[in-house]
Amino acid sequence: MNKTVKKAFVDTLPVMTGYLVLGFGFGIVLHAAGYGLPVALAMSLFIYAGSMQYAAIGLFTGGASLVTVGLTTLMVNARHLFYGISMIDKYKDTGKRKPYLIFALTDETYSLVCRDLTQIPLKQRRSYYLLVSLLDHLYWVAGTALGAVAGSLIHFNSEGIDFALTALFVTVFLEQWLSSKDHLPALAGLGVSLLCLPIFGAEGFLIPAMLGIAVILCLYKGKREGGKEQNG
Amino acid sequence: MDDLHIWLAIAVMSIVTAATRFLPFLLFSGKKKTPKLIERLGKTLPYAIMGMLVVYCLKGVHFGGLSGFLPPLLACLAVGATYVWKRNTLFSIISGTVLYMVLVQFVF
Repeated sequence: MNKTVKKAFVDTLPVMTGYLVLGFGFGIVLHAAGYGLPVALAMSLFIYAGSMQYAAIGLFTGGASLVTVGLTTLMVNARHLFYGISMIDKYKDTGKRKPYLIFALTDETYSLVCRDLTQIPLKQRRSYYLLVSLLDHLYWVAGTALGAVAGSLIHFNSEGIDFALTALFVTVFLEQWLSSKDHLPALAGLGVSLLCLPIFGAEGFLIPAMLGIAVILCLYKGKREGGKEQNG
Repeated sequence: MDDLHIWLAIAVMSIVTAATRFLPFLLFSGKKKTPKLIERLGKTLPYAIMGMLVVYCLKGVHFGGLSGFLPPLLACLAVGATYVWKRNTLFSIISGTVLYMVLVQFVF
């Protein structure tokens, strides 16, 4: 197998586990709420944002207006703005792939492509970005379809299986921590979020936390210049 | 909700989600060079965001009883310890998730 394809596949295995399981769960919950395969597939193909899709089920059953739907989406997904900012340079010159790369930039895809990938030659790196994005999208859609079809057929207690994604973020956090000498950005992310959580509550803390993190990182010049650069 | 409303809602969610993903690229990736500040932010943000996402995933943790915080805490420790030990992402994720499921389903 081509080296880049192999690396992309191996790197996305944790996401595959998480997405198949969470997508499956989404399909089942959506089915239970009374919506079938077409709705499930359309959501996973075109919205492609896990936490928003789960939130959407509540909006559907609650009969939310389109304005409420739009505003909720904006709140839940505002964190994407941050992903974009840190991928501007990396996704520069990715040509025709670029719109899809941006469209498919989920938390999990971001956690893979934002890493230091300078060991991959530039040309292959662009293919790597695309492969990771496509594979992750495929896992998510496949998981959703399976869940929507299995819906009423299978009964197994999957409570707690969503921890797989928490675990993925913990490992990426640790990987970055262990590979960097400068821990202030990581600590700022953790600290500001932990501070904002009790103040603004579980539903509303992301946006103030992001603002706080942005302010701290803008003011911070840091040891970064001498440390390991995260670029490419 | 009736069918039309569902499909319209899906369209709205798709467009708004895509907008949150495209906006930074539309603002900063024209022919001009990316401002220094944004460039610097782009390099430090991945570290901070992972910290934020970990907290985001654990936002349901509460201290009103052992079941409110022990399962996620123990599972996170398991993920961390196995990762520092083996440096194998998949192994850590599976260990932590299985432990978490056992804890929430059978222990607490």
